[in-house]
Order: sequence, then structure tokens, then C-alpha cells
Amino acid sequence: MTLLLWGLACCALAAAAASLPSTYRLGVTTTLGAVGCALALGASLDTLLRGSVATVHTARLLPMFGLTLSLDPLGALFVLAAAFVGFACCIYCVGYARDEMRSRSALALLMTFIFALLAVPIAASIVSFLFSWELMAVSSMLLILTDQRHSRDARSASLWYGVMTQLGAASILLGFLLLTTHGGGQSFADLRHHASMLSPTLRSFAFALTLLGFASKAGAVPLHVWLPKAHPEAPSPVSALMSSAMVALGVYGIIRVGVDLLGGGTVWWWVAVASFGAVSALYGALHATTATDVKRLLAYSTIDILGLVLVGVGAAGALVDTGHLGVGELALTAALLLVLAHAGFKGALFLAAGSVERSTGTRNLDRLGGLIHTMPFTAGMFALGACSIMAVPTLSGFSSEWLLLQGLLHGFRDQSTPTLIVMLAGVVALALTGGLTAVAFVKAFGIGFLGQARSRGALDSFDAPPTMKVAMAILVVPSFVIGLVPGLVVPLVERAARVGQAPIPSSPVLHGIGLGLSHFRGAIEPTVLLVAFVVVILLLLAFSRGLANRKARRVDAWGCGRDVQTSRMQYTATSFAEPLQRVFSDVLRPQTDVEVTHVAESRYYEQSLRYRNRVSDALEQHGYRPLIDATLSIGRAARRLQNGSVHRYLAFGFVALLVVLVVLA
Amino acid sequence: MIGSVSSITYESVASVLQVLLIVVLGPLLVGFMAKVKARAEGRIGAPVTQVLRDLRKLLTKERLHARHASVVLALAPLVIVGATTVAVAISPLVTTRPLLGQSADILVIVYLLLTGSVASALAGLDAGTAFGGMGSSRAMTIGALSEPALLVAVIALSIQSGTSNLPGIVSATMNHPDWVSGPSRLLALVALVIVVIAETGRLPVDNPSTHLELTMIHEAMVLEYAGPELALVTLGAAMRLGLLFALISNLFFPWGIARNFSYVALLVGSAALVAKTIVIALGIALVEIRSAKLRLFRLPELLAGGFVLSVLAVITGLVTR
Repeated sequence: MTLLLWGLACCALAAAAASLPSTYRLGVTTTLGAVGCALALGASLDTLLRGSVATVHTARLLPMFGLTLSLDPLGALFVLAAAFVGFACCIYCVGYARDEMRSRSALALLMTFIFALLAVPIAASIVSFLFSWELMAVSSMLLILTDQRHSRDARSASLWYGVMTQLGAASILLGFLLLTTHGGGQSFADLRHHASMLSPTLRSFAFALTLLGFASKAGAVPLHVWLPKAHPEAPSPVSALMSSAMVALGVYGIIRVGVDLLGGGTVWWWVAVASFGAVSALYGALHATTATDVKRLLAYSTIDILGLVLVGVGAAGALVDTGHLGVGELALTAALLLVLAHAGFKGALFLAAGSVERSTGTRNLDRLGGLIHTMPFTAGMFALGACSIMAVPTLSGFSSEWLLLQGLLHGFRDQSTPTLIVMLAGVVALALTGGLTAVAFVKAFGIGFLGQARSRGALDSFDAPPTMKVAMAILVVPSFVIGLVPGLVVPLVERAARVGQAPIPSSPVLHGIGLGLSHFRGAIEPTVLLVAFVVVILLLLAFSRGLANRKARRVDAWGCGRDVQTSRMQYTATSFAEPLQRVFSDVLRPQTDVEVTHVAESRYYEQSLRYRNRVSDALEQHGYRPLIDATLSIGRAARRLQNGSVHRYLAFGFVALLVVLVVLA
Repeated sequence: MIGSVSSITYESVASVLQVLLIVVLGPLLVGFMAKVKARAEGRIGAPVTQVLRDLRKLLTKERLHARHASVVLALAPLVIVGATTVAVAISPLVTTRPLLGQSADILVIVYLLLTGSVASALAGLDAGTAFGGMGSSRAMTIGALSEPALLVAVIALSIQSGTSNLPGIVSATMNHPDWVSGPSRLLALVALVIVVIAETGRLPVDNPSTHLELTMIHEAMVLEYAGPELALVTLGAAMRLGLLFALISNLFFPWGIARNFSYVALLVGSAALVAKTIVIALGIALVEIRSAKLRLFRLPELLAGGFVLSVLAVITGLVTR
């Protein structure tokens, strides 16, 4: 705990160091930030290894209430994710920082954001929690504006994000207020103590309110609209932090309040959580397949993965409520393992996307291509991240999804209908997102990095500087650790999954190098599978001399009789996704225009042809737009009440007073 | 007991046998189906061993790479064959005790196959041509809809057996012969047949004998391959076909598979596997003769049908247990 406090102090100091003159600013700030993250990393690992809980209370730092901080294994897991990605981002910033990102405000905000990300999981009272939560929201909202403060999209994204996150925070605040007014003190320990004395209706109501806020932070559909706007517009290290660490804190909130503070509640809570998850997973995966902006694609895939995490959390809650403690712990462990895995690979993917944007000046896949020749390192890192997220066996996405599937599969042992619905929805979501994610990332890598360059920027691109390369490489490491030796990571995650649960006699997961189940038949040994795969490939090379020895002769690609193949003849990201877009047009609602201009002399000959295809978020168009329009029109109508005449205002005051008196009488 | 051996030797022998069997059987099944189709159409057709002969010839040829291609084009064939071979080695094809059989989870097999599909789709995009992109896009679209159905259909069996380990499912089915005719299994079987037709690129999803640009799927994706690399890609596709046929036959009709440690059982298991896969190949070839290729945009209806059937299989299994 002391170590973590030092880490937090370092981050705060780093934020202050951003006011140094520009010669030292970047170096000092990022070094302090990296040291702070490293300390926090050490502290969280130590807590996870020992399973200890440490609490600090100080009355001085925050007036009236004081700060209460507590580091337990559940919080430590989320600190671990934030500190790890934060560490890599600090290193990344050294190479990435251009003019905007070097500015005082940007660096100070970035460090404040990292500070808040580390503080939220250890806040142990309502005031400390909301304080760090809001610090996180405000700093990230302003960070969206640092890179392109003049761009319309960035301003709109920041506004959407600000409104959604404040509505969410208000909902969380209401939920907490309900709990605290009926339950004694405002520290989490008091809430936990009094929760069992509250009426079930009140508890459900409070959970529902906090769930809305946390689900919106976790990007759960239909509260996700801010996410695919904010992630692409933010500078890439900020996107990485938002996607890997901040969004996961929504899941943290649900577990902390639902499982830890309120002690499980009823099975319907978890049906709600799992339905949020299943819908988000499918919606996110589907939109990721059609997105052409590479960071928007990553943002939608964040919604998808977080959806799967929520499915795991929901399944765990439902199983624990129906008395299947072992399988419940299995599902929660799987969900938390997926959080860790996601922090690593999604961080790496966002940093690689940032490297692409920095060197080509665009995020649009339709204008990229051939980057594997000009920026091989970034391409390699993106490929590894993509393979992880596609759940290629022996990488982290696979191990965590396998564990999640085991949790769901053995959850079918329960006989009650709500649990079975959760499990079925989970299995369907897991299966369908697997295929769709593969399409999305084959598209992202295949169109963006392979083939021929589709624009000048892509042709003249160059690879990232060493610090950015190091940062990407750091974030790829967990893919291999969780993927190849999951048995070493899972015991730590299990400690986090036990918070607030009744102790069970034996762990549901066997701890070896691979993963195995204690009570059921099921195991994977990724290391052995990798060895088998390598042996097969070596044998192939050994047996076929044609493959191993001769260098391939370069020839023109098959052009169906045409001599010239230009880069414009390639498939683009839009055309790659077109079949799926057509299949799912009911959900995606694409807007397609074809504009034909005829030659003046004859309408049988065409002069030019424009094809426009746009897939915007249908929920935003058909769900949020009407709401916003309605609010605006109410506002416009209310404006008519004010005409500047003092008499009218006095009349309003009089009428209002009369009404109040009548009501009170 | 004659022929009794230690478990690790037995498992290794069994796995190597499975791989060798599928390496030979896969291409032969492809040739056999072509032969059946040819005979039904009144032609003599190429010999059954034609695919194997082609492979041998291709392996001795020169390697050719497209000008804009990167290292992906050279790596993909190795990944395709490597991933498929690992899947074949650990699956319960000839015996319920293959090497690493404890890792033969349905998710492992599905994602190993998916790794192969991803590698070939990336290779299709690598040369930067229109055909490659077209093939990759179509193949991934079909894969995105068929692989979930494969996973869910096998999960329907897993729920019944209480494990997602494939040898576990096969052993459980052997112990409960009455499961074979259950309604859940029948639904899962129909779903799996649709998936296998899609995954192996047979009619009405893809026409394996077409080389007309606009109708190709798998062939368009691998258009840039020549020589030994084309041999590997073709072999990978044939092994995938052999593996999927063998998995269907063993998950639903596991009779004959070796369950004890003896070489006689392995021989019986291999013979049973060959017989069962030939029956399936004959069935699919007969379907192919009678069906025309579906329009690309009608395919999702077929595949979605397969997926719905597999979900129904899960639900039926839950209701009837």
C-alpha cells in the first residue's frame, strides 16, 4: 500500500512537472510518470501474490470527509492493468509527442488521468470514489481535445463523452446516496456492513442506478455512443489508456458494488448484466467489421470484448446466486483474465494505430496499404495484437475465452431458467463474436498493412522511433504470458475473483503451466501445442527442399490478362466488409448513395460516378437523436417564457408561490 | 495382452498415424468426390489419386511470389498446414487417446481451423490484387457465419457429455449409445453438415472446380500461389476436409474407434474411419450433383439456418435432459 501511495505521489509530481520549461518538460514528466506506474505495478502484484488487504484513512486531504483508500486483490487487478498500460504509454509519449502533446496542459492532464486511473480502484469510500471517478472523467474528456482541438469531430466527441459520463456519474451518485442514507457511514466498509439490513427492493434499486452508470462507462450497448466517438479522436496513448484501463473500471464498479458491497443480490441483477454484455458483444463486433477508421474499429472491438467480460460477470453472479460457487468463481476468473488480456493487446493495437496515424497522417484504412514494407515493426506488433484478439491459440485472447467458455458450459448444470438464459446468451455471443472479430481484424491488418499503398501518405510512411517501439513491445508481452503460461497468471486473478465471495473449499482451476479444471474434464496446454506446431513446421521445411532452400522468384500478380495492376484495383476496407454489411443491413442500417453525372451530349454515357457509403451508429441515429431533438425543442419552447419584462417574472413568482402553498395545504 | 504398449508410445503412434492417414485420406476424398460427380454426369473423370499426383508435381516446381507480396504470402501455407496438422494430431479420429488429447478442446480445434482461415485470407490480400481481396472477403464472410455454428453445435454435445473435450465427448457417446438418436443430436448433425459444406468449400456454397473469376471463393483467395506453396495450401484444404468429415463421423457415430492400448484396435479404428468418411464423402458428392451454386447473398440464409439449428440443438438438449 505504501508503495502504491508513492506511485500515486510520483504521478501527481509528474503532473506538476509538466509546468517545467519545454527543454526538460517531456523527459522529466514521462520519467516520473513511468516510475509512478512501475511502483503501482509492484504494489498491485504484491497484493495479488499475497492476497492481502491494506487500508489508509486520512482526514486532511479532502475537507469534511477525508480520503479512505484500500488496496485489496480485486482493486489490485485493475491497478495492475492501469499501471501496466500507463507505464507503456509514458514511454510511448517520448517518441509520439508532437507539438500539441508536448504542451503543459496536455502532459499535466495525461498524468492526472493516469493518477485517477490508479486511484479509482483503491478508493474505499463514496467521496473518495466519486472524487477520483470525476477526476478521471474530466481529465480524459479534456485530453480528447488536445490533439485536434480545432476539429469539429473532436469537439463533438468530447461533448458526447462529457454528457454521457456526467449522466453516468449522476446515476452512480444517486445509487450510492440511496445506500448511504439507509446504511450508516459513507465508507465502503460501512456500506458492506449495513447492506444485509437493507430491504431487497432498495438494494435492487440502488444496484440498478449504479449499474446504469458503470455500464455506460464500460461501453455497454445502448449506453455506448460516446465510446466510438471518443476513442478515435483522443491522442493514441490516451485512447490506449481509455480502452484498456478506464473502460474496464466500469466492470470494476459493477463487481465492487454488486458482489462486494451488496453481496450478490438476486439472480435478475446478473441477468441484466449478462444481457447488457451479450448485446454489446454482438453489436460491437458487428460494427467493428464495417468500420473503416482503424481506431473506430478498435473502439467497437473494445465494446465487443467488454461485452464478453460482462457476460462472464453476469454468469458468475447468477451462478453464485443459485449456489454454484465453484463454477461462478470460474466464470468471474475468466472475465477478469479477459480484462487483463484485453488491457495488453488492445493497448498494443491502439499504440500501433497511433504509430500508423503519426507516420501516414490518416486513420482511414481505405487510404492505407502496404505498410508492412515501410513500417515492419509496427506491422508486426499490430499483427500480434490482432492475433491475440482473434483468439489464435497460444495467445492471451484464446486462454481467457477458453476459460469463459468453460464457465458458461458448466453453468448449464444449473436447472433454473434465468441462469440457463444467461448461459445460452453467453455461448451464442462468444461464438458469433469469434467469427466477426476475425473478419474485423483480417480487414484491419490485411487492408491496412498488406497489399499496395493506396495513398501518398502510406507510400512515404516510416516506422516509429525506438521509444514507441519499446512501448508497443511491452504491451505485447502479456499476450504471450497469459497465452502460453496461463496457469501462472490465473492464481493471481483468482484471488481478485474471490473478493466478497463465500470461501470455497477448493479452487475450480488447476494450477499448472497450462489450464485445467479441478471438477470437470477439460484442459489446455498452450505451450505443448506451440511446441507441436513448431515441430510440424520444421518437419515441413525439412521434407520439402523446394520450400526451404530456393528463394522465390518475383513475378507480376495475376491480372486476368491486364498488364497494369494499380493500387486502385485492390479491395478496400469498405469493399472487404460489404458482404457482411449487406447480410446485417437490418442492424447496421448503412446509408449508400450512388450519384451519376451524364455527359452533356448523351445520357447514355456517364461522365462521373460517385459512390458514398456510410455506416453510422444506428442506435445513435434512431435512439439518441430524437431525444436530443426533443430536449432542444423543449428548450426553445421554454425560451418563450422569457421576454425580459419584469412584470411577467413577478407574475411567475407569484403563481409559483400560490401553487406551492396550495400543494402544501 | 499381445500388442499392449506404454501409454505415451501408444499415443504418439496413434497421433502420427492420424496425421499420415488424413494427409493421404484428405486428398483421396477430394479425388473420390470428383470421381463420383464425374461418373454421375456420364464422364470417366480423373483418377481418384489425381490430387495426390498434382501435389507431388507441384512440390518439385519453382517458388513464385507476386511483386508486392510480403513475408505473409510465404508464411501462410506453413501456418495453414501446421495448424491443421496439430488439430488432426490431437483430435479423436482413430483413437480416443491421441497425444495431447487432454488439450483437444472444441475451442482449440475451432480456433486452430480459424487460424488457418485467417492465414489464407491474409495471404489473399497480400499481393494487392482484386481477386485475392474478393476471395478473402467472401471466405471470411462465410467463415464468420459458419464457425460459430460449428462451435455451438459441438457445445450442444458438450452439455450432454459434461465436457468440451472432444475425446471426452466421443467416449461419453460410446458409453451411452442411446444418446445417438436424441433430437438434440439430430439437429446438431444437420447444423454440422451445413457447416462442413461451407467450411470445405463444396456446392452449393463454393464450387471447387470453378475457375471463373466472379464465382470463385477459395480458389480466388489462393490465386497467387504456385509450386510447393500451392501444394501446401491445397494439402491444407484437403486435410481440413478430411478432419471435418472425420470429426462428424466420430462425434455422432463413434463406433469402431480405438479405446484400448493395442495396435489391433488402431487398425480397426483406421479402417472404420476410412469407411465412415467415404460414406460421408459419397453423401456430399451426391448432394453436389443435385444442387446448383447459391448466389453469394443467399448463402447467409443457409448459414444462419445452420446456426439457428445449432442453437436449437442446445435448447432441445437442455429441455430433454
